[in-house]
Amino acid sequence: MNKHLLSINDLSAEEAFEILNTASELAKISDGPMKKLPTLRGRTVVNLFFEDSTRTRISFESAAKRLSADVINFSAKGSSVSKGESLKDTAQTLQAMGADAVVIRHGASGAAQRLADSGWISASVINAGDGTHEHPTQALLDAYTIRSKFPQFNQSFDGLRVAIVGDILHSRVARSNVLLLTKLGASVTLVAPPTLIPVGVADWKVKVSYDLDSVLKEVDVLMMLRVQSERMANSFFPSEREYSRGYGLDITRLNSLSKNAIVMHPGPMNRGLEISAESADSHKSVVLDQVSNGVLVRMAVLYQLLGGATLTGEVSA
Amino acid sequence: MAIVLDAGEIGRALKRIAHEIIEHNHGLDNVVLLGIPTRGAFLGERIAQFLKEIQSPVPVGTLDITLHRDDLRMRPPRPLLPTLIPSGGIEGKDIVLVDDVFFSGRTIRAALDAIGEIGRPATVQLAVLVDRGHRQLPIRADYVGKNIPTSSSESVKVSLDEIDGKDCVEIVAGA
Repeated sequence: MNKHLLSINDLSAEEAFEILNTASELAKISDGPMKKLPTLRGRTVVNLFFEDSTRTRISFESAAKRLSADVINFSAKGSSVSKGESLKDTAQTLQAMGADAVVIRHGASGAAQRLADSGWISASVINAGDGTHEHPTQALLDAYTIRSKFPQFNQSFDGLRVAIVGDILHSRVARSNVLLLTKLGASVTLVAPPTLIPVGVADWKVKVSYDLDSVLKEVDVLMMLRVQSERMANSFFPSEREYSRGYGLDITRLNSLSKNAIVMHPGPMNRGLEISAESADSHKSVVLDQVSNGVLVRMAVLYQLLGGATLTGEVSA
Repeated sequence: MAIVLDAGEIGRALKRIAHEIIEHNHGLDNVVLLGIPTRGAFLGERIAQFLKEIQSPVPVGTLDITLHRDDLRMRPPRPLLPTLIPSGGIEGKDIVLVDDVFFSGRTIRAALDAIGEIGRPATVQLAVLVDRGHRQLPIRADYVGKNIPTSSSESVKVSLDEIDGKDCVEIVAGA
């Protein structure tokens, strides 16, 4: 595996399954006999969060702590970033403090790549969401969740049918999931109003539909996305009510899913907009499984990146 | 390459170890076997089979020690192997760790750490198919299939039917 995890493109299908298998083994031991493992004792993991986050930051923190790493949480609010410190100076400060891994979330697409390529730090960089670009650990935990619900896809996702519904345009979760799911062999359909489908989607190995009702019956996994109002400078749909009518998952749509189908959502959910409360709390919903699996998958990623030999990284001035 | 144990000898060694476990523990009431993957896990199963034939069944599990190794930083990350603790747990039990080759003692140190995370057994004993010497830690085995003096440039290769398609122990000359 590479030194960094910046994009799903950094992983081969074998490496992705290796991470999922590691997470499965970790599930057996850390949910059972051994709560805390000594594996990363003496290593420092920095959570560098320039954007707000609940799940991802807590999940990374908990994963690192269960492997006995030291965790430093850094959020832009309340730090010198609010005084105008640059990413470079922040990164060099972390380097001087001896970080072994930096988990970065940033509003700008490519921020993680910049940090990894800059030569400012020698630590492994893990992308925890960069703008509208990618969120690879979310895709990995989604794949893990899917696999735990559909054991027949243990070795390959060939024949698995996934629909990703909603704000594809602004969603790094969708991008990473499309890359990973298609890499593992699943067939993916994107469903959204035309305004929320990104330009260039023709180059992705996916089908596109503008009609949610027509795809519902033919999917195993329905992945709902959050409508990211904070990234919407223009209006992409006439009203929330109209969006909800066309692309929201209400109880009628939930009932028309096949018997074994599951509903996923990366969170945070806009209840009543893209997903109704009944759907979010139904037995088909695996939203909370996604959260608990997130810790295991991130433990696996940290183990794969930090558990082995220390790579000697060149640090340029 | 020299064969030091053939299939028959491996079988007899494991059967003798099974007898010794019963003798040493005055029965099997409190005994739990934990094999260290990969090959130690299969050896644990085989010893358990002998114990069942001789006296009574015992709980058998596996214990992967990868995450407790002290040389993690010196090698690339390795895949995790299954850990399966029998449902009765290990608290207050007499644990017999089973491994294929006993060498530096570092694997066993890691296993002791792993056991310490899980619970507090009454005793921890060690059964190995081959003891090749060159200990780096003050650790010894309670049950040994065969002592094989080796030079540190040689390596000992254990093949088991379950995974390698044959049963034998060989000494392979170093590079």
